[in-house]
Amino acid sequence: MSVEGGTARSDAGGFVSKMLVMVELEARKLKHDPTELLTRAIQPALWLLVFGVVLNEIRIIPTGDLTYLEFLTPGVLAQSVLFISIFYGISIVWERDLGIVQKFLVSPTPRSALVTGKALSAGLRSLSQALIVYVLAMVIGVSLDLGPLNIIVMVVTVLLGAAVFATLSLIIACLVKTRERFMGIGQMITMPLFFASNAIYPISIMPTWLQVISYGNPLTYMVDALRCTMIVGGTTDFGLGVDLAVLGGFALVLVLIAGRLYPRVGW
Amino acid sequence: MEPASGVEALGIVRTEGLTRKFNGFTAVDSIELDIREGEVFGLLGPNGAGKTTTIKMLTTLLPPTSGKATVDGRDVRARPAQVRQVIGYVPQMLSADATLTGYENLLIFAKLHDVPRREAGMRARQALGDMGLSEFGDRLVRTYSGGMVRRLEIAQSALHRPRVLFLDEPTIGLDPLARRAVWEMVRRLREEHGTTIFLTTHLMDEADALCDRVGIMHRSHLVALGEPARLKEEAGVATLDEVFIHHTGGTIETGGSIREIQRERMTARRLG
Repeated sequence: MSVEGGTARSDAGGFVSKMLVMVELEARKLKHDPTELLTRAIQPALWLLVFGVVLNEIRIIPTGDLTYLEFLTPGVLAQSVLFISIFYGISIVWERDLGIVQKFLVSPTPRSALVTGKALSAGLRSLSQALIVYVLAMVIGVSLDLGPLNIIVMVVTVLLGAAVFATLSLIIACLVKTRERFMGIGQMITMPLFFASNAIYPISIMPTWLQVISYGNPLTYMVDALRCTMIVGGTTDFGLGVDLAVLGGFALVLVLIAGRLYPRVGW
Repeated sequence: MEPASGVEALGIVRTEGLTRKFNGFTAVDSIELDIREGEVFGLLGPNGAGKTTTIKMLTTLLPPTSGKATVDGRDVRARPAQVRQVIGYVPQMLSADATLTGYENLLIFAKLHDVPRREAGMRARQALGDMGLSEFGDRLVRTYSGGMVRRLEIAQSALHRPRVLFLDEPTIGLDPLARRAVWEMVRRLREEHGTTIFLTTHLMDEADALCDRVGIMHRSHLVALGEPARLKEEAGVATLDEVFIHHTGGTIETGGSIREIQRERMTARRLG
């Protein structure tokens, strides 16, 4: 219900059901046009099958007990999630120019439910990447831990990571409002986020200044969680609890900011 | 839904000194409106007169800078969530999602507008039938003509039986036949559900044919308000066009920013 009147429970129920309607919308779109999911498979394939295989041969990066390919696999999944989610905001710019955002905003849907729904929708797209990376990893002989609990933690991590970057993207879209500027900023922040993380090399070999940055980078915690979850014998630097808490904290703060900014898109 | 108590006698949409400024520019200046329940009201004026800004404030999209507006007795500034429960809105742009089917467009918005889950599918199918779109319901909207998209959008915004339906330039870019189909829908909504219709247009003949009362906006001000016949009589002229000239001292020219014109062209192209 509304500002006053509705009970806390019906508010929460309304929030969740509206959020799921937004995800349903995304699922229906993907069903009609799944080609994007396939074209998105190219990049992780290159990273694993070319970059990974070559660096695995020359053994130049210290990765502890893991082979380089084992070390790299969770990094490639995290990177795919980052790339999909960070450009997700472009759809908001598009929907704004078409008037779709305005119609969302005029419906009695809590703004936070619209934003969280968008974040989960990016998670839905990202999960398709998980499937692709798992298949690729099996092809190149990476020993994946396929225990049900591991799969569940992996899914949760991917959803949280996607939520963080998609919401960040949404905030940028709300601020810049045009496609050109959005693409510029998206390109500008993606690679730094990627390189200032433990996705393709361990933090320990970075210069100190880069280490400091990578500790503040949510991607680092996503990779850390995936590394100890996906790979047989994989370890964590920070602990799974810390990883998920940091990602959850980032997601919450960003959703709150985006919930404030999103209505301005309709102006 | 019952109207809030004590507003029956007053209009269903009311504004007092409603004003919106953008960085010093006053887009809407102290508008006073009083829309009666069940009427078709048209806000007329050229691009850039402030029609869309007014609609955006009434639909809670844009907070007013000053003044007051209520819909069904609910204040748009203090109780926007409550206003959203009783209104429907069709923006100027063609806003149906082209990557979904017509049925899905209806279904998703029925759910967003709190139509119970079990009923949503049924109402969506029924609305498709009412619009003569049944056989196209499961095709992607991408394949629809402009007139079909508009009809779909109006149905989409009326699924939850709003008390007031806001239509921003509902016939822009449509051919005469499709325009008439939109007019028919508007009349039917009013007759069958008693829906109050608030629309904007820059077509004077459209306002004359469709609206019970019209308001004429010119450079952010409301310069005339009343029944088309009375406005014509008072000005001593035969057409609304002349009424417009009488009140503004000029013909309706297409002004507007580059952005608005771009948007209009984009809409026209999609209607192609």
